[in-house]
Amino acid sequence: MRTRAAIVSIWLATLALALIAVLRAHYVADMSGFLPARPTAMQRLLVEQLREGAAARTIMIALEGGDFAQRAAISRSMAAALRADPRFASIANGDRAAAEADRRFLFEHRYLLSPAVDAERFGAQGLHRALAETSDALAEPSGEWIKDLVPHDPTGETLAIIDALGAERAPRTRDGVWVSADGRRTLLVAQIAASGSDLDAASAALAATRAAFESAARAQGAREVRLLASGPPVFAVASRAQIERAAVRLSIAGGVLVLGVLLSVYRSLGAVVLGLAPVASGALVGIAAVALSFGVVQGTTLGFGSTLIGESVDYSIYFFIGASALGADWWRARLWPTVRLGMLVSVCGFASLVPAGFPGLAQLGVYSIGGLLAAAAVTRFVLPALRPRRLALRDLTPLGARTAALLGRAHRARRVLAGGALLLGVAALGVLLLERHRLWSHELSSLSPIAPAAQRLDAELRADLGAADVAQLIVVHGPDLQSVLRAAERAHRALEPLIEAHRVGGLDDPAAYLPSLDTQGARRSSLPDAATLRERLQVAGEGLPLAVEQLDAFVKDVDAARTAPLLTPASLRGTSLEAGFKALVLETSDHWTALLALHAPDPLHPAIDGALVRAALAQLPADRSGSEVHLLDLKAESDALYESYRAAALRGAAFGLGAIVVLIALARRSLVGALRVLAPLVLAVLLVAAALTLSGTQLTLMHLVGLLLIVAVGSNYALFFTDAHRGPAPLTLASLGVANVSTVLGFGLLMLSHVPVLTALGTTVAPGTLLALLLSALLLDRRPAPAHQRKLAHQEGLNRQEGNDA
Amino acid sequence: MRSPRGGDPPRWIRRHRALGLLALLIGLPARSDDLDTLMQRLARHRHGEASFVEQHFMRLLKRPVESMGELRFDAPDRLEKRTLEPQPEDLVLEGEELRVTRHGRTRTASLADYPRIRPLIESIRATLAGDRAALEQVFEVHFFGDLERWSLLLVPRDADSRVTQVQIEGARDELLMVEVRERSGDRSLLTLREHPAP
Repeated sequence: MRTRAAIVSIWLATLALALIAVLRAHYVADMSGFLPARPTAMQRLLVEQLREGAAARTIMIALEGGDFAQRAAISRSMAAALRADPRFASIANGDRAAAEADRRFLFEHRYLLSPAVDAERFGAQGLHRALAETSDALAEPSGEWIKDLVPHDPTGETLAIIDALGAERAPRTRDGVWVSADGRRTLLVAQIAASGSDLDAASAALAATRAAFESAARAQGAREVRLLASGPPVFAVASRAQIERAAVRLSIAGGVLVLGVLLSVYRSLGAVVLGLAPVASGALVGIAAVALSFGVVQGTTLGFGSTLIGESVDYSIYFFIGASALGADWWRARLWPTVRLGMLVSVCGFASLVPAGFPGLAQLGVYSIGGLLAAAAVTRFVLPALRPRRLALRDLTPLGARTAALLGRAHRARRVLAGGALLLGVAALGVLLLERHRLWSHELSSLSPIAPAAQRLDAELRADLGAADVAQLIVVHGPDLQSVLRAAERAHRALEPLIEAHRVGGLDDPAAYLPSLDTQGARRSSLPDAATLRERLQVAGEGLPLAVEQLDAFVKDVDAARTAPLLTPASLRGTSLEAGFKALVLETSDHWTALLALHAPDPLHPAIDGALVRAALAQLPADRSGSEVHLLDLKAESDALYESYRAAALRGAAFGLGAIVVLIALARRSLVGALRVLAPLVLAVLLVAAALTLSGTQLTLMHLVGLLLIVAVGSNYALFFTDAHRGPAPLTLASLGVANVSTVLGFGLLMLSHVPVLTALGTTVAPGTLLALLLSALLLDRRPAPAHQRKLAHQEGLNRQEGNDA
Repeated sequence: MRSPRGGDPPRWIRRHRALGLLALLIGLPARSDDLDTLMQRLARHRHGEASFVEQHFMRLLKRPVESMGELRFDAPDRLEKRTLEPQPEDLVLEGEELRVTRHGRTRTASLADYPRIRPLIESIRATLAGDRAALEQVFEVHFFGDLERWSLLLVPRDADSRVTQVQIEGARDELLMVEVRERSGDRSLLTLREHPAP
């Protein structure tokens, strides 16, 4: 009794300590789990972009249904409501007031902003060229647009700025709201103020958007108008909610099913609850282990961890069925060593995840190891101590005996079975080898939880908004804002020849919104004084229809611009240019980053030759202010990152397999024995992988984890079958069946989820563990044929007696 | 107001302007039956092409600048003005959408966003379409002459319009000349020579 009290106290104390660690742990749900432990500069940039970049904060909103007047009214009132909301950095919907504010800003500061302004532009010859161009333009239909500008801006600087900003890529407007090309949708773009990795902020912003829409739609009485939203924050929030929902719903459903199975076997609620003690303790200790070794706990660890240590439910099944029939000591002597070995095999398997190179997988490994060790310890020590005195389990012996009889018959066909299994294995291996080039998905997006329909909507809204998905960025780092702006200007100049040659469609350049102070200063000092400008105008106007003597406003404006203060980020306030600028410039604790987004020359063929861009950037002279310029190919870089994880995980899995062979060989003191144990498991893995491949699925990291789980869970089965000389006792057979049913049910439910990563796990593990059990039984069981069954029953009786005596 | 330095408009236009003003003063109603007939005749043309020469007289210009090109109309509402000289530029008005292509860049805008230039374009398009309702939505319409040789004086209903009047001269179902006068004193004169129907 004293030991029993001591065991329970130690258990509770451990749980309490684990609970403290769990409660004090820091939980994160961002991309940092996918950042390698020792990232390259490019990988760091990539993750910074995915986390903090403007794209990560942009919500694309569309309204469809109803009539245009309703959609336009809702767009306006949503824009007004959201602009007043501090959770948003900017709202754009094409409205005239915002466009007017922008135009006024560009016009007022045209001599600091226009890329065309230099000393040459304001020489007599430069003026002549610019004025001739303007005279021509006045004769054209578009002259109507510039006519009012000409007296102030005869050299066309305002238009030059608008061209440089790439404003023609903006969506079309109708009645002061953006509309899609087919006119069926009105469009808005919202930028969240908080960082893109702040999912709670994104979630709040989306809720605010929906609320603004609903109240506007109600006010309009427009029931047919629907709200559509897309963009990274929408995806992030939706996939978190979806995974949470799916995980919670499926865990509950799976839990109910497993509990139902257990209850029907145990026929005691107390035993069922106690049976969950190992897995619950394991989960708690697992999270604590992760928290203590990593400092932070990834959302994915919480999400998937408990499914990975699901096999610890099996431990208690083996315990209750075994111990209730033959006593705890019999269980300890006969079954526990096998369970322990199975657990150690699983630990070896999961240990292969730990050095995977990125915390996302490493945490799953640590969690599983900690969790399984704890669950096994609880099964070994706590369950016997707390086992209800009187437990009237359903008698599974008949079931076990029938199974044993079946297996005995199957044993006669053992050679045929082994031959068939070998053939199947060879066929599966053949399929995998044939398909080896497209076996694995090489794209990070394969882990994406986003449903295809949502991806389609995203592509549509991007097309509507003329917002190409930027695939390549030039990233400029520097110690301060001015150094990155100067470097951005130099990079832009270096790419000018590629733009001219249509190898690059264009650039979103922060320096187009706000040139560096150096550039602004140079432009300002290139402006002539009033007297000089008048003289030059006289010369420049010769032979032109334009009446230069009517350009007093121009002379006055240029003269005023000579002493105008230079622009700073604060000058952009109140215009939509501020959002555009902030989207391209980031300030982090110790440096500034400017981004130049590259546009493809042809939207239908969105490929830009990265080598050409790199070569152009390589021509840039070294910079004294310490700024650096890189080309970041988002997709190539993220796919390379994923590829490196996959390679690391595969390498780890190979090492893990080796470790498992060594472990079993040591335990069984036979290498052949170890290989025999592994044969059905390897076969199950091959068959599942081949079946997935034949069904057109490309394998992802999640499938790899699933294959690992087949080995982890299946090793228990295989060990039981090789353990007893003549195969496991009928009762053990029955408990294996119960354990397998609960595993297949739990993972089978994941197949129903619409979250790709969960489905991947379910479709791998559910059929895989079933196969592992069947193959272990068929290939490993050395039961004599039914004629010898009586002898076996006799032996079973002896065992039972033995157990009761103890 | 300074008068443009360019040559004075032809005499017959001045005459019609005077007539138009007179008509406004005495509130002479447009001759509804002739206008209807003209519109019906114009509406029968589903497609039309003409080359144009346009002269712009502007305060900003010492002498008028001239552009030339081609005008195409396709019923019901597509008007394309393809300027070839002095710089190639293509303007397409289709429904409410305005597309201007110049130097290989296309800008798209909604006509509704440029209320001040709507009369410039709608006058020609609605006349070519023979769409009296569309014409009268933007203008007060006055008809002069007879169906052989007619003249439409269009006065924008929007008092803020940059355009103060548009005068369209035609013979039978053919447009010959469009003169647009603006509040600033600027004006433009579009002379059309219709291509024979294919």
